Amino acid sequence: MDTRKEPFWEGVRDVAPLLPGVFPFAVITGATALQAGLSPETVLGMAAGIFAGASQLATVQLLKAGAVPWVIVATALLINLRFVMYSASLAPHMAHVPTYRRWPLAYLLTDQAYALSMARFHHRPGEPAGHKSRYYAGTALTMWVSWMTGNLVGIGFGGRVPAALSLQFAIPLTFLALLVPLLRDRPTLMAAAVGGGVAVAGDGLPFNLGLVLGAGAGIAAALVTEALRPDAPAP
Amino acid sequence: MASGTLALVILAIGVGTFLERLSFIHLSDRLVLPRVVRRGLHYVPAAVLAALVAPAVLRPETALALPPGNWRPVAAALAALVAWRSRNMLLTLAVGMGGLWLLDGLL
Repeated sequence: MDTRKEPFWEGVRDVAPLLPGVFPFAVITGATALQAGLSPETVLGMAAGIFAGASQLATVQLLKAGAVPWVIVATALLINLRFVMYSASLAPHMAHVPTYRRWPLAYLLTDQAYALSMARFHHRPGEPAGHKSRYYAGTALTMWVSWMTGNLVGIGFGGRVPAALSLQFAIPLTFLALLVPLLRDRPTLMAAAVGGGVAVAGDGLPFNLGLVLGAGAGIAAALVTEALRPDAPAP
Repeated sequence: MASGTLALVILAIGVGTFLERLSFIHLSDRLVLPRVVRRGLHYVPAAVLAALVAPAVLRPETALALPPGNWRPVAAALAALVAWRSRNMLLTLAVGMGGLWLLDGLL
């Protein structure tokens, strides 16, 4: 087999430059979860069962804050709602894949696998359908192996970080690193400003309702901003 | 939280996230979302991330806390600046954590 032409290995090769960004994220996720008091088995179960960094970190942060179970579940699923969007735009490219193979491919869906695959499909409109799903599988499986390895490394040294180092502060910092690149237009800025403001104001509310209210208000503010100025230039 | 409840929470998030990922890949293109829902979904990440960041930075122990008692807002602002200029997560984490350690240690 010529690995240079095999779409699976092309996927593996294309995702490699992204791994230096993914790996520390995975290490931090494993380490902060362990420091928050979760057992190594639970941390690994989270990494494999949820397999989505931002929602894993949010779960740990909310567990530490003593949030009630339904707020934790709702927040994590809200963060992962973007996968519904990804799923919708990937669907036409996966239509040829038999159902039993679509399930594992869906489980492996990440921001990186999505972005790389959509870019490739865009540049090669005539590519055979079987090549598309194999390319996607190459990016997605590499992400899974890196994510699990990084979480394991995090579990390895998470218990040894002194509490005085405020490692938990790495969680909002990670969210900040994910948030800032999104702020490219006025409606998105409004979503973040209103979402953050309402969440701070409502932080004392029971059941961590401030978070859910903040997210809802932020989305509403963005939609209103968009409706008022449909083609507002990016600031 | 009891470990049984925690396991259920993780299971619920895991199954829910899988269903979110599977949704359209499974349904193929038999379903089309209305425009307002698609636009709304587009803004979910920014709204949720900001709603997670702001309280963790400004109200780390529930009460509103500003410098000099709490240096997190300053460290987070430095980190945001680095994130904006560099788009580099590792550098953002290093500046944010390093900034907090320095400010906590020096001031």
